[in-house]
Amino acid sequence: MTDRAAPTPAERSGARSGWLLSAPALLLLAIGATGPLLVIVVYAFLEKGSYSGVQWAFSTEAWFQVLFERDIFDDTVTLADAHLTILWRSVKLSLATTALAFLLGLPTAWFIATRPPECRAVWLFLVTIPFWTNLLIRTFAIMEVIRNGGILNSALMGLGLIETPIQILYTDAAVLIGMVYVYLPLMVLPLYAAVERFDMRLLEAAHDLYASRWQALRRVVLPVIRPGIVAGSILVFVPSLGAYVTPRLLGGGKNMMIGNFIELQFGQGRNWPLGAALSLILLLVVLCALVLLTRLTQREAEE
Amino acid sequence: MRRFDPAALPGFAWIAVGALILLWAPIATMVVYSFNASQSVALWGGFSLQWYAAAAGNAAVQAAALRSVVIALSAAAIASAVAKMAALGTTRRGGFRGRRVIYLVINQPLMVPEIVTAVALLIVFASVKVATGYAGLGYLILAHSAFCVPFAYLPIRARLEGMDRSLETAAADLYATPWQTFRHVTLPILAPGIAAGAMLAFVISLDDVIITEFVKSAGQDTLPTYMLGQLRRAVTPEVNAISTALLALTVTLLTAFFVLTRRRDTKP
Repeated sequence: MTDRAAPTPAERSGARSGWLLSAPALLLLAIGATGPLLVIVVYAFLEKGSYSGVQWAFSTEAWFQVLFERDIFDDTVTLADAHLTILWRSVKLSLATTALAFLLGLPTAWFIATRPPECRAVWLFLVTIPFWTNLLIRTFAIMEVIRNGGILNSALMGLGLIETPIQILYTDAAVLIGMVYVYLPLMVLPLYAAVERFDMRLLEAAHDLYASRWQALRRVVLPVIRPGIVAGSILVFVPSLGAYVTPRLLGGGKNMMIGNFIELQFGQGRNWPLGAALSLILLLVVLCALVLLTRLTQREAEE
Repeated sequence: MRRFDPAALPGFAWIAVGALILLWAPIATMVVYSFNASQSVALWGGFSLQWYAAAAGNAAVQAAALRSVVIALSAAAIASAVAKMAALGTTRRGGFRGRRVIYLVINQPLMVPEIVTAVALLIVFASVKVATGYAGLGYLILAHSAFCVPFAYLPIRARLEGMDRSLETAAADLYATPWQTFRHVTLPILAPGIAAGAMLAFVISLDDVIITEFVKSAGQDTLPTYMLGQLRRAVTPEVNAISTALLALTVTLLTAFFVLTRRRDTKP
C-alpha cells in the first residue's frame, strides 16, 4: 500500500478532483441532513423557551430531565417514572422484535436458500416486495388485520374460539406484532445472503460425526452464519428503536416509544431542549450498534 | 427411496411458509378490500371500483398526489445528479485522503434514525421560515434530495466499480478527448446505474412519512402524510384504494429496477 508515501502529483490531482466532484453532494447533505444534526447538539444544551423553542442560555437541565423530575413547589428531585417507562418500553420492544424476527427469519432464509437455484429469485422477490413497500401502508395493512372488527378477530369468532373480540390494537402487543411484521424482511435478506454461502457439506460432516440436527444447527450453522445474524439483528434493532409510525398507529397515544416521545417534546410538550437531548441519546445508541456491527463483521472477514 | 437431506431441518419449511403468509396476508387483504363495494372494512359487498373513483375525485387527494410526484421527481433528479458526480469522484481516483469521510457523509442518511433528522430539520427550517418568510415546497425538496443521495449513489458506484477500464483507454487511444470518452463511452455504460438509482430515489421520496411530516408547512400534505392524517381519524376504504395504487406503482418501479440491474449479470 502507498498510504504512508508522500502523494504523487497524479494522486494529488486525483484527490482534488475527487473532492470537487463530491462537493455538490456534500453541500446538499450538509444543508439537508448533517448540518441540522449539529444544531441539535447545540439545542440540547440550551434552556427551554417559555412558550416553545429555546432561550439562548447554556443549561444542562434537559439532560437532567431525561431521568429526573424536579418538584415545582419544593425542588425535591425524583426519578421521572414516565420517561423511564417509555425508554424501557422502547428497548424492550426493540429487543423482542429483533428476537422474534430472528426466530421467523432464520427458517425463512434457510428455506429460500435451500430451494433449487432457479426458483430462489422468485422466493426472494416475495420478501423484497414487502421490504420496499411503504412502511405506512404495511402498518395500515396489519392494523386492519388485528383491529377489533378485523379479519383476525372475525376469523377467531367465526371458528368459535372466542366470544368477544380480543383487544390487540393500542397495546404493546400490537406494536410488537407490527414491528416484527414491518422489519422482518430486514432480517431475512442478510440471513439469506449468509445461508446461501453456507457450505452444506459441513452439515453432512456433522451428521457423519453423529451430531443431531439440533446440535448441527447450533454448533455448525449458527457460528458460520454469524455475520448475517449480526447484520440482520442490527438492521432490525436500529429502526425498531427509532420507530415512529408503527407505535403511533398501533400503540395509540398511551404506548409511546422514544420516537413518539421526541415528537411530543416538539409538539404539545414544548420542551425542545429535552427533545434534542433524547434525539442525541437515540443517535448515540444507534451509532454504538453500528460500530459494533462493523467490528464484528470485520473481525469475521479477517479470520 | 428418499435420499437423506441434511439441509432439510424439521419444521423450518413450515415456519418459512408461515412467515411468508404473514408478510403477504395483510397486503393481500388490503388489496382485495380496496375493491369492496361495501362501506365496511370487514364485510365483503361485491366488486367495485367506487373507492378508487372516490379517491381520484377527492380534491385533497389530487393535490397531495401531485405534490408527492413533484417532490419525488425533483428529489430524484437532484439526488441522482449530485450522486453521479460524487460516484465519479470517489470511485476512479484510487484511495485519496478523506475518501472515507465523503463515504460517511453520503451514507449518513442510512445510519441516522429518521426521527432524529426530522426534528433537526424542523428546528433549522423553523427559524429559516421565520427569517426569510418563504414557506414553499423548497424545504421538502431540499430535505428529500438530501436523504435520497445514498440511494442514487450506491447503484452508480456499483456500476462504476464493475466497469471495464480498458474501454476508456481504447477510446483515448483512438484520439477521443476526455470529454468525448466520458460522453460516448462512460456515460452510456453508467446509464442503467443512473436510471436504477434515480428510480430508487423516486420510490424512497414518494414513501417518506416522518421527515415530510416534520418539515411540511400547513397545507403541504403529500400522499403519505395525508394518509397518516386520515388514519388518525377513521379508516375509510378510500385509504385502501390509495395504498393499493401506491403499492402498484412501487412494484412496477422495483421490477424495472431489477431488470435494469440484472442486465449487468447476463452480459458476457
